[in-house]
Amino acid sequence: MSTSGVRVSWLAGLNLGRRLVLGVPYVWLALFFLVPLLIVFGISFSTPKIAMPPIEPLFTYGADKVLQFRLYLSNYTFIAQDSLYLAAFANSVKIALVSTLLALLLGYPMAYGIARAPKSWRSVLFLLVVLPFFTSFLLRVYAWIGLLSRSGPINALLLKLGIIHEPLVMLQTDFAVYLGMVYSYLPFMVLPLYSAIEKLDPSLLEAAADLGCRPTKAFFRVTLPLTSEGILAGCLLVFIPSVGEYVIPAVLGGPGTLMIGRVLWEEFFNNRDWPLASSVAVLLLLLLVGFIVVLQRVQSREAASE
Amino acid sequence: MNKRLSPFVLTMMCFGFAFLYVPIVLMVIYSFNASRLVTVWDSAHSPTLKWYAELLANGEILDAARLSFRVAAVNATGSTILATMAAFCLVRFGNFRGRSLFIGLTTAPMVLPEVITGLSMLLLFVAMEQTFGWPAGRGATTITIAHMTFCMAYATVVVQARLSTFDRSLEEAALDLGARPMKVFLVITLPIIAPSVVSAWLLAFILSWDDLVITSFVSGPGSTTLPQLIFSKVRLGVSPDINALATLLVLTVTVAVIGVGLGLQRRERRLELEAEAAREGLA
Repeated sequence: MSTSGVRVSWLAGLNLGRRLVLGVPYVWLALFFLVPLLIVFGISFSTPKIAMPPIEPLFTYGADKVLQFRLYLSNYTFIAQDSLYLAAFANSVKIALVSTLLALLLGYPMAYGIARAPKSWRSVLFLLVVLPFFTSFLLRVYAWIGLLSRSGPINALLLKLGIIHEPLVMLQTDFAVYLGMVYSYLPFMVLPLYSAIEKLDPSLLEAAADLGCRPTKAFFRVTLPLTSEGILAGCLLVFIPSVGEYVIPAVLGGPGTLMIGRVLWEEFFNNRDWPLASSVAVLLLLLLVGFIVVLQRVQSREAASE
Repeated sequence: MNKRLSPFVLTMMCFGFAFLYVPIVLMVIYSFNASRLVTVWDSAHSPTLKWYAELLANGEILDAARLSFRVAAVNATGSTILATMAAFCLVRFGNFRGRSLFIGLTTAPMVLPEVITGLSMLLLFVAMEQTFGWPAGRGATTITIAHMTFCMAYATVVVQARLSTFDRSLEEAALDLGARPMKVFLVITLPIIAPSVVSAWLLAFILSWDDLVITSFVSGPGSTTLPQLIFSKVRLGVSPDINALATLLVLTVTVAVIGVGLGLQRRERRLELEAEAAREGLA
């Protein structure tokens, strides 16, 4: 009797602990991650007002103490009508896609080289890829300002070599933004590619070679398809942060470099239009979710066809 | 198969690593340049340490660094505790109710654009202040809460990876011998997953120490973190004291990451040797 009593209380304690271990992070994430997103969604249907906070509340009590509920669609109609927002969305997707492709073209050979390097070298090279990720993102973007400026080392070198006769304007251009994006997100591309290539069984390539397949063909018919998951993961890890990027276009881009993260920032900080910034956030979120859903569909269809 | 790397791969590797490191190296070199014009090398007076001296005399920068450090340390501790709990639920609790929502909540902060995270957190804090009167205004507290939420996601991945390759028979043995679950966790589980907990803490610290976008939304007047201060200077163009600051930060982080990495590696090797010795002793 007494042993079973001890047992029950012990189990109860376990249950309580279990609830606590699950409950604390769950409640934290719900409160500080999920609820904020719902608030953004709500406020995107509000309208600005000169007050603090500068938002017209959705629920108000009228003079007759009746709860009133008002939704404004004005932010969304405004975004749809002003071509600036559409252009910013299109431009963000374009810049992110091109940067992802460039990062893939540079990152794949790098990852391949690291995965196939002598064992003693591998961990050093791997660390060299990871290390920039740990050093300040902002400062790494900043480093390019000096490099790209009119009197900077790149222009000085090209002038000395006689390739150009007057300094190139590189700073505050889209070129600088692409450069900054590839530079900042290259490690995100290399890491998943590296683990995919490292897992690849070299005997498959040997078999292909034995059967008379040329190395280039073997690469496209064997290596590339077998590392497609790594490619997809790397592309997502570069594309997603690039679409909503604020720092790189703000620091390296010109006034004409329209990107949606920058538009959101400026609506919020410069124009103090919180509801409009929220609508931009909702649309950006929908864009990303749509993108990921489409990608998953394609992937599962491919998996099914195999 | 040809064991050697093709010239193409070697060229791309050299180019890639040069691309990653030349900007940083140049920034370090120019931090010793005497000229105020950052990109022109003043060979008569360089190298000099004058920007470092100016930096250490700049109270504004030191205050910002102090705030950033405090926020990063509190955030790293808090988010690592939350992340360890979350990872434990994900690996050990099987198919509990609400699991898929929980997975979504622990991964989504990593893919959500920072501008959205920042904006949503700020709107939450404003709404909370209106309703409960807490947090009154915005500052170190709101920055820490916001950082803990997004850093927790990254830290969870790190701890989860380690927990999922964990040999549970050790825990079961301890439970069979009558140890309480909490004791099992502290004496058996925690020491084994410790390297991942340390890595998670370091990652959370660095993410917080570096963050600009989310911080800008949720900080208030009088609480400027180091990235915010750097950003306001960067927008005015290059300045030599930022080069000096960047050099110090890059060096510190490099030494810390390599040091912790080596330390963890050594600990791992020692544990392996001990385990081997124990096995031999048994045999």
